[in-house]
Amino acid sequence: MKSLAELQAIRDKAKLELNMRHENPNAIRVLVGMATCGIAAGARPVLNAFTEEVAKRNLQDVTITQTGCIGICQFEPVVEIEIPGEDKVTYVKMTPEKVAKVVNDHIVNRNVVTEYTIGAYK
Amino acid sequence: MYRSNVLVCGGTGCTSSDSLKIVEKLKEEIAARGLEKEVNVITTGCFGLCALGPIVVVYPEGSFYSMVKIDDIPEIVEEHLLKGRIVTRLLYQETVVEDTIKSLNDTAFYAKQQRIALRNCGVIDPEKIDEYIAMDGYAALGKVLTEMTPTEVIETILASGLRGRGGAGFPTGLKWKFAAANDADQKYVCCNADEGDPGAFMDRSILEGDPHALLEAMAIAGYAIGATQGYVYVRAEYPIAVNRLQIAIDQAHEYGLLGNNIFGTDFCFDVQLRLGAGAFVCGEETSLMTSIEGKRGEPRPRPPFPAVKGLYKKPTILNNVETYANIPRIILLGADWFNSIGTEKSKGTKVFALGGKIEHTGLVEVPMGTTLRTIVEEIGGGIPNGKKFKAAQTGGPSGGCIPPQHLDIPIDYDNLLAIGSMMGSGGLIVMDETTCMVDIAKFFLEFTVDESCGKCTPCRIGTKRLLEMLDKITKGQGTLEMIDEMEELCHYIKDNSLCGLGQTAPNPVLSTLHYFRDEYVQHVVDKKCVAGVCKDLLEFSIIKDKCFGCSMCARQCPAGAITVTDYTAPGKKKPAYEIDTAKCVKCGACLPTCKFGAIVKG
Repeated sequence: MKSLAELQAIRDKAKLELNMRHENPNAIRVLVGMATCGIAAGARPVLNAFTEEVAKRNLQDVTITQTGCIGICQFEPVVEIEIPGEDKVTYVKMTPEKVAKVVNDHIVNRNVVTEYTIGAYK
Repeated sequence: MYRSNVLVCGGTGCTSSDSLKIVEKLKEEIAARGLEKEVNVITTGCFGLCALGPIVVVYPEGSFYSMVKIDDIPEIVEEHLLKGRIVTRLLYQETVVEDTIKSLNDTAFYAKQQRIALRNCGVIDPEKIDEYIAMDGYAALGKVLTEMTPTEVIETILASGLRGRGGAGFPTGLKWKFAAANDADQKYVCCNADEGDPGAFMDRSILEGDPHALLEAMAIAGYAIGATQGYVYVRAEYPIAVNRLQIAIDQAHEYGLLGNNIFGTDFCFDVQLRLGAGAFVCGEETSLMTSIEGKRGEPRPRPPFPAVKGLYKKPTILNNVETYANIPRIILLGADWFNSIGTEKSKGTKVFALGGKIEHTGLVEVPMGTTLRTIVEEIGGGIPNGKKFKAAQTGGPSGGCIPPQHLDIPIDYDNLLAIGSMMGSGGLIVMDETTCMVDIAKFFLEFTVDESCGKCTPCRIGTKRLLEMLDKITKGQGTLEMIDEMEELCHYIKDNSLCGLGQTAPNPVLSTLHYFRDEYVQHVVDKKCVAGVCKDLLEFSIIKDKCFGCSMCARQCPAGAITVTDYTAPGKKKPAYEIDTAKCVKCGACLPTCKFGAIVKG
């Protein structure tokens, strides 16, 4: 270890993994429906795509968690995004390809991707 | 990047109930479902709630599974990790409130705690230096080496008000200042990890759960006093701690956080382990240093104090593990932050090892000044089986008992001393009405008699004589004069012993004599032990009118002391039994067999 910058680099890299281990009330929550219906419809690759995308962008206050079936099985994979203080947004028929756009537009820039939401399908 | 972290406690407590097998099984089940790239299994240090081990925590949900068995693992993996459905049945039930799950930090056990020394225990993988660095590890060392002078470091520690967590509570900054002021070609930084108090295990927990915190703090101390070599004196009975410390030392070397020219400065520092054989006296500073030198662990008179002539006759500082664990936080967050926690003369937090007759056995870290009542009744969950609180023993064999009337005293160094106990290393043993205070005093004295090194007469012979008198009292052979003689002998041993071991050894006797003298008198005069512990003063008997003659007790009796009589109680069909007190060995095996409450002890 020759400098503080070197230490900082290791810290930033390792921190992302550890952020998950704190209960953070201010975190943006990404909930992926992972009941049988969700898994059958391909929720697992979606979940992994979120994890990868968030890691790639080094987003600190985002937690990705699984949840059960929310009862709209025909729309699976379903992903809900909760930003503290804002209304919950429900994305339906998600695919790994759609994930990057949702992370970029919604989580980072706070613009809901309306065409992927449940409203667009009703 | 993993989407889920599964933390399994790898502290000594949970390891002894097979948590390492749980880790294996978890990995196996996770691999079987192809989740190994998504779910990370981490072995951590102690979570503190040892009574509920083995403990498994799943993040990001923060689900706290307690008393997990190997057979539960497939269900956790299938339901929780694969399908995202928390297995409520296995959760720590206090976290389950009407179908929702409450944060672990809101449970009674954790809500009143403030974790500084234990900050990383149960959070990071102690065998991965990157995880420690992610929690701002080694940032404090970086700060002192690049921004602070050694004097500034010492001033910060002084201003923080940190006092030694090993027992006596000597101001840490002052110790460092003395050692820094002495010029020498070599100085040493030592760590006392020879945790000897029966029932105390906070140091082990830090060593096992956050070993880098200790190494970082020792390097900071080295910089402050001008030492380049550190020694950790750790007991060989802590195999997990020794192993993780060695891994930590190797990793720190690899990263250049120990060794030469740390952070590109001129500062060089190295740490070595020294294993002790677990002698209690080696927790005393001069004995510990003698033992590090490879000699027999015996104390020597002070002065000269270690800050002048310590290890290898060079200026040395010796601090306890928990003390060191506070140092990096103080450097990073400042003396004022630390100063704002605690009471006027005792700053910061203290870790207590809760044990004995208490619902939640485990490790708790609370701000100084927390009352005993809060620790016992709220955090500890009270006393099981509806029994009444009788006393709490703090400070191990050097401490004393705190009776119910002092439950509301804010706990700090000075208040404990004032009521005849001491902080010690933080063992806290809770006793209920079934504990005999004479027996407790005898238990601790037996320990100190065994552990006395024998170098000075008051301790070697005095404690032995004291134990003999206690033994007579528990056998019903004591006299009232004996109680007075004991008290006198206690003071003599305290005043004349060479080291802390002998100077504090009579404390358990003195404090029980002070608060529970009645109990001693009962043993002597009435030949009774109200708690029903001292076997020689006990008698078991059968109330014949309650006896149904079922013979359950007679079949259990190992001494054949229970036989049938020719008396049949009114309304009963079979003749009653009786106990031959001459044959009875007072093992108590008959007591739980009687469903009719016919057997009494007293």
